[in-house]
Amino acid sequence: MKLDAKIPSGPIQDKWDTRRFDLKLVNPANKRKYKVLVVGSGLAGASAAASLAELGYQVECFCFQDSPRRAHSIAAQGGINAAKNYRNDGDSVWRLFYDTVKGGDFRAREANVYRLAQLSVNIIDQAVAQGVPFAREYGGLLDNRSFGGAQVSRTFYARGQTGQQLLLGAYASLSRQIGLGAVKMFPRTEMLDVVLVDGHAKGIVVRDLVTGEVRSHAGDAVVLATGGYGNVFYLSTNAKGCNVTATWRAHKRGAGFANPCYTQIHPTCIPVSGDHQSKLTLMSESLRNDGRVWVPKAAGDKRQPSEIPDDERDYYLERKYPSFGNLAPRDIASRAAMQVCDEGRGIGETGLGVFLDFRDSIKRLGKDAIAARYGNLFHMYAKITAEDPYSRPMRIFPAVHYTMGGLWVDYDLQSTIPGLFVLGEANFSDHGANRLGASALMQGLADGYFVIPYTVGGYLAGQKAGSVGSDRPEFASTVAGVQEMTRKLLSIQGKRTVDDFHKALGKIMWGKCGMARNEAGLQQALQEIPVLREEFWRDVRVLGSNESLNQSLEKAGRVADFLEFGELMCRDALERRESCGGHFREEWQDEGEARRDDENFCHAAVWEYQGEGKAPVRHEEPLAFENVHLAVRSYK
Amino acid sequence: MKVTLHIWRQSRQSTKGDFAQDGRMVRYELDHVSADMSFLEMLDVLNEQLIHKGEEPVAFDHDCREGICGSCGVVIDGVPHGPERGTTTCQLHMRSFKDGAEIWVEPWRAAAFPVVRDLVVDRSSFDRVVQKGAFISVGTGAPQDANAIPVPKHDADRAFDAATCIGCGACVAACKNASAMLFVGAKVSHFMHLPQGRVEREQRARDLVAAMDREGFGNCTNQYECEAACPKEIPVRVIAEMNREFVRAKAVEEPASDKGTGGHG
Ligand SMILES: Cc1cc2nc3c(=O)[nH]c(=O)nc-3n(C[C@H](O)[C@H](O)[C@H](O)COP(=O)(O)OP(=O)(O)OC[C@H]3O[C@@H](n4cnc5c(N)ncnc54)[C@H](O)[C@@H]3O)c2cc1C
Ligand code: FES
Repeated sequence: MKLDAKIPSGPIQDKWDTRRFDLKLVNPANKRKYKVLVVGSGLAGASAAASLAELGYQVECFCFQDSPRRAHSIAAQGGINAAKNYRNDGDSVWRLFYDTVKGGDFRAREANVYRLAQLSVNIIDQAVAQGVPFAREYGGLLDNRSFGGAQVSRTFYARGQTGQQLLLGAYASLSRQIGLGAVKMFPRTEMLDVVLVDGHAKGIVVRDLVTGEVRSHAGDAVVLATGGYGNVFYLSTNAKGCNVTATWRAHKRGAGFANPCYTQIHPTCIPVSGDHQSKLTLMSESLRNDGRVWVPKAAGDKRQPSEIPDDERDYYLERKYPSFGNLAPRDIASRAAMQVCDEGRGIGETGLGVFLDFRDSIKRLGKDAIAARYGNLFHMYAKITAEDPYSRPMRIFPAVHYTMGGLWVDYDLQSTIPGLFVLGEANFSDHGANRLGASALMQGLADGYFVIPYTVGGYLAGQKAGSVGSDRPEFASTVAGVQEMTRKLLSIQGKRTVDDFHKALGKIMWGKCGMARNEAGLQQALQEIPVLREEFWRDVRVLGSNESLNQSLEKAGRVADFLEFGELMCRDALERRESCGGHFREEWQDEGEARRDDENFCHAAVWEYQGEGKAPVRHEEPLAFENVHLAVRSYK
Repeated sequence: MKVTLHIWRQSRQSTKGDFAQDGRMVRYELDHVSADMSFLEMLDVLNEQLIHKGEEPVAFDHDCREGICGSCGVVIDGVPHGPERGTTTCQLHMRSFKDGAEIWVEPWRAAAFPVVRDLVVDRSSFDRVVQKGAFISVGTGAPQDANAIPVPKHDADRAFDAATCIGCGACVAACKNASAMLFVGAKVSHFMHLPQGRVEREQRARDLVAAMDREGFGNCTNQYECEAACPKEIPVRVIAEMNREFVRAKAVEEPASDKGTGGHG
């Protein structure tokens, strides 16, 4: 596997200009002869599909929900970063770039991050032009808030529903193109394989989730914008349908998978309430603007929070990280929460929780001001817990939230399979080992609106339009492979349900490849996962048929992939013998702070699939830091 | 707690206008339900039990389980999304029901939303309406700076109040005429309160009303059941706003050059 990141030469500020000039263009009259298949309709996919169609390409877009508007991006709450410097508080493209590289614990590719920071400003302009109702001040100009890992206020937001509003903006643009006939939309359609012809991605195989029909679509290039794989842990803040299937099956066709072990645990989620729990609910990081995190100073203190006086409370983030305080980055805030719980100071019945307290800001700003900022989040919290967060601090605990790992892509967002591009959370992207809050929306939209329209063109310019039709034998054989897997899943008729296996996998992953990892645990997980997988293929029970809507069958395919992917995650975590960002190896720490090993691990690890039952091969893309100097990350 | 469920089971897709097909209400007893479970988690538990018994699980749409994607939505005891105001089915918790309750669970019923299976319906008619004009016609490029046009906070807030719609379809399910006026009104209202959206206001109003009629949604007879059922509490004022926009659009002659450009599909 050759890893050429294709980073343009020259100063970092000029790289994207250089690249855009060097990329070949497709003659406008020829664009309509090319077809691009876009899988995913979240921020990355919808923005890409709309933008490509506007340029004149034929586009087909796919999603598994019943409408493209329901992609998981809809759930993003807190906001989106952009280096607008509207506040005059010292922000700049350079600072956003710097914060992101540092926040990612120096495990991202500088050139990509710089481009992201540059494009961030265009996203806000684009969204406002589409009618996205961002929060505004009384003067009519856009408002900002602060997010973790930054000392400037650069986060744009639409109450606690920023993802919804941005996605509806992209969905509106996509819908316009559908109405014009430029995009053909296929909802309730799941991509289950990529078709390679002469080594290039030239099509996909999908299953119609309503009729069960398995068929292929041919195109000149394939774009995957299929989101993250946090649900490998079963419980996460992700929507229930989020999965690794599209990227995993592309990986099995030859796309390198980078840094699968980089997962983000978000510090502020509602704690688990019981065995029935089906997902975890995020309480946006933006709450840490006005909420203070604390636990009792004494272990085992079970008094009501209001009965604990201030001097018996430990505002541990403020104590440990005075310059960032409650806005310390997520990985750090999560580990700090875990530590106080390990010390027996966790709150609630299970002792797995900390308080997020709005008492002081309500006193300072009034209840109305807090309600205006976070009303929908407070409402959601009250619904789930039956507690009133205005009068009693929220109980929160860390939960799996985001995956920084993903398919490896070069500067053009092209994977190791020519013609296969990967955008948004699905790629390994720009966040290194830890993503800063409000940066995923930014990345997905930068990829879709402003990067892919250029780079796909560069690839297509070198391809003959419509050169591959679905009559090529590669299509029929890929379809047959998918049909065979479906048939097999339905034929086992074992005793355990799909969810049962998914939960069992989640337990292994959370216990051994979660917040803290160590050699022994990972080795053990690598023993347990294949056993569970083998049992799955022997004993899973999927009822019903292929020929109708069958949600168990959909889940079974996804869980089958998680059962393979989880193993790769553990392997990656095992081989990365350092701590960085969200990847915390107990063996490498300085009193709870991550200890990086730049000498040996200043690279992206990229895994190459070798076939069933064979160990994958690990490659490295070295990371060079020429603009932000490698340093120990400190938020003290 | 213990509950008795009566759930609509239907194995085949309905054709437009005919929702009975092979569908029927089936009774299930469920024990050990925790008050902290969400309604969908309760259905998860039922489904696990059904699978163990060799019966096919109940199909229902859901994804975010946070009240924002608009996937979920069933009629519970005759009320879309159940008894709690401003709450989606996924955010409804079992503590809202009494121990021993009998609960009737059905899919949205509307000609424009044919049942796909069990509690799952086809809401693609909403998407098709949107495709006819619920957007601002700007392409990706380099529009002017986001702060170039100030928007009074009051207007931005009004736009937001409408834009918060999650497209779940409860408004249609609640309406005896199966009207989509709240949904479409929310779209119209969102854009009319923003300077960027006013440019195309007449065309948008005309196109959306025509699209809504084409999809077979009924008329509004001012019952306001939609507002009561809306999990996002979209106010019925958006319907009045849409009516005003439509009247306004009719008064403004459609410019000849607009016809057949396909600008609005
Ligand atoms: C609760 C929550 C809150 C968040 N808040 C913020 C925030 O405030 N700010 C921020 O920057 N980020 C936030 N994030 C992260 C951010 O929302 C996501 O990283 C981002 O939206 C991902 O966008 P995407 O387009 O890459 O993928 P997604 O939005 O996940 O879209 C994936 C798409 O791919 C489709 N798909 C997947 N697999 C297949 C398949 N096999 N076949 C066909 N289609 C498929 C899906 O149908 C969907 O359309 C939050 C995340 C969560 C979970
Ligand atoms: S599942 Fe998303 S709104 Fe209920």
